[in-house]
Amino acid sequence: MPDVAVIGFAQAPNVRETPGTTNGVEMLVPLLAEAYQQTGLSKRDIGFWCSGSSDYVAGRAFSFIAAVDALGAFPPIHESHVEMDAAWAFYEAWLKIRMGEVDTALVYGFGKSSAGQLRRVLALQLDPYFTAPLWPDSISIAALQARCGLDAGLWSEKDLAEVAARSRADAAGNPFAQFSGSAGVAELLDTPMVADPLRRHDIAPVTDGAAVVVLAAEDRARDLVERPAVITGIEHRVDSPELGGRDLTRSPSTAAAGRAAGAEGVEVAELHAPFTHQELILRRELGLGAGVRINPSGGVLTGNPMFAAGLARIGEAAKRILAGTARRTLAHATSGPALQQNLVAVLERRD
Amino acid sequence: MTSQAKRPAAVLGTGQTHHRAKRLDVSMPGLLREAIDRAMADAEVGWADIDAVVLGKAPDLFEGVMMPELFLADALGANGKPLLRVHTAGSVGGSTALVAASLVQAGVHRRVLTVAFEKQSESNAMWGLSILPPFQMPVGAGAGGYFAPHVRSYIRRSGAPEEIGAVVAAKDRRNGALNPHAHLRQPDITVESVRASKMLWDPIRYDETCPSSDGACAMVLGDEAAGDAVPGGAAWIHATAMRTEPTTFAGRDQVSPQAGRDAAAALWRDAGITDPLSEVDAAEIYVPFSWFEPMWLENLGFAEAGEGWKLTEAGETALGGRLPVNPSGGVLSSNPIGASGMLRFAEAARQVMGRAGDHQVDGARIALGHAYGGGSQYFSMWVVGSRKPGD
Repeated sequence: MPDVAVIGFAQAPNVRETPGTTNGVEMLVPLLAEAYQQTGLSKRDIGFWCSGSSDYVAGRAFSFIAAVDALGAFPPIHESHVEMDAAWAFYEAWLKIRMGEVDTALVYGFGKSSAGQLRRVLALQLDPYFTAPLWPDSISIAALQARCGLDAGLWSEKDLAEVAARSRADAAGNPFAQFSGSAGVAELLDTPMVADPLRRHDIAPVTDGAAVVVLAAEDRARDLVERPAVITGIEHRVDSPELGGRDLTRSPSTAAAGRAAGAEGVEVAELHAPFTHQELILRRELGLGAGVRINPSGGVLTGNPMFAAGLARIGEAAKRILAGTARRTLAHATSGPALQQNLVAVLERRD
Repeated sequence: MTSQAKRPAAVLGTGQTHHRAKRLDVSMPGLLREAIDRAMADAEVGWADIDAVVLGKAPDLFEGVMMPELFLADALGANGKPLLRVHTAGSVGGSTALVAASLVQAGVHRRVLTVAFEKQSESNAMWGLSILPPFQMPVGAGAGGYFAPHVRSYIRRSGAPEEIGAVVAAKDRRNGALNPHAHLRQPDITVESVRASKMLWDPIRYDETCPSSDGACAMVLGDEAAGDAVPGGAAWIHATAMRTEPTTFAGRDQVSPQAGRDAAAALWRDAGITDPLSEVDAAEIYVPFSWFEPMWLENLGFAEAGEGWKLTEAGETALGGRLPVNPSGGVLSSNPIGASGMLRFAEAARQVMGRAGDHQVDGARIALGHAYGGGSQYFSMWVVGSRKPGD
């Protein structure tokens, strides 16, 4: 079984609204060109293509079909799609290389959240018979989760504001971030509640965006780039959808995926935490100590393109190895209400 | 980089629901469990044996649930396990099975549960397919209206007699009558009665179209050791293929898309098959409108271009013919869209396992499962055999 490495990453600017069509596939076109340029590959060199996106975000059935046009898929291509964050499309591409069917793959995710009202759209992920009819939106559910942790003494509002302040400060160095800032913790805590106990800074923004990641079997990767980011572990797990049936302050699926992927000893971790308190849950479940640099990109609190954000975490974690600034990094992606489903990948530089 | 890395994988068991226009007796979780429980019983496995779950279905708008795999995690027995959700339009049932197979072929898992479903009665599929996004050409005619010009073009190009579509419909519905799970079971249907049915989208008549069904299909796939342990023999995966092309562009051949031809060529090559018509014993081909049988026979390489209808006309695609096509009754007898492709793949497996009941093709050792979707642009297929590849 060949090992697999990340060899390229491109992302669209994270913005509140792009002017394109509701499916947002226009955002992909320049990213594809950039990914080819980074890797020296052309369209015909790609062995397998896989994408992650959502019909509900686009507001129509079969929205991913339009992306095939953006790829220029003729002659025909070997291609698949997951109705999930593209981090899981990345997993499918990893499988295809591991099984020896192809030796290169291009993965992309795209989402135009501005096409609808995201917090209401996401309520439709809930049990349609018992929960969705009550219309608990995604921010309200996250607020319940944050409140559980406050009541249990696991974190304070100040802890949450510290996550936000660090993320915003880090985003100042990321040209793709939707926003950044230098506000201090006291200043953030002086702002009004959006959904008690969550304030504006505790909640990821609504973002349009897209991301592309290129993979190759390790031997091939070494011919294409100087420092491929070799995937030494990748795992994912799901928890029960029953919000009242699990401890919302924990994420057993993250812990299990992290153990299986080998999360220990990483220098940098890019965590997909759309709410400040979720970063604290993830750090605990992954056993990330004080020495681990969390979300140097600013994380999704400063730009959260639905269905591309998890893949972008993998891209950000890989970028540090490709650039030679880290040797062992971790990427995490989440899906579903209150961190229901989680994926962890560990990337390494091998000399 | 070679296929030596690929590990053997097999179908250990299959299950499907009863397909009906409206399954008001079950919720979505109940529908899925009907298929899953049957597949797990057929495979003789328990929940502890399942390492991962892969779910497929067509658009979420059909049931009105965004990413339903999330709320279904409990019913799928997926809690604490990996769960993947695939969506590749109408080919999804097939590509879902292929993702599940790749988990075994990559050596990641020993046994994988895969399931596909559609509960079309939860909403209105025509509505779900008819939302008009800006800057795209509206079809406004449903799937039948979209495909009718392709059928007409096929007839003109091949010179096929006009009753061929009715021959296929009568055959598939009579086959469906042998399948206790089929939605439409019409043992008395005839070519004449099909030709007397109402014209819907010229040249496609009412009795030449698929129904709209609620239903699900599940399979348990396993590695070499698990396959070896199947009493009576597993269905071994000999080859898989997927190809995609854009919906429209100048010069696209919508009668015989290149994506389908390329996928078939790769499939036969990887399965070591040089003459599909003589080497394949049974074929479950995605035929939602009857004329797609001869069209896909040509696209898949069972017949030369323009010649597929001759196999149909001569009765070679009927049970007892040279290449029985859709012995289960096919999509024309049951069409839970997201599950329809997996049903083709599972029926192919049942044939080579000798478990196809009254629609068993005698001595079937090599079978094809085929699915397509979108505007005839997504193709997914596998070849399964009663023996391990290379044996």
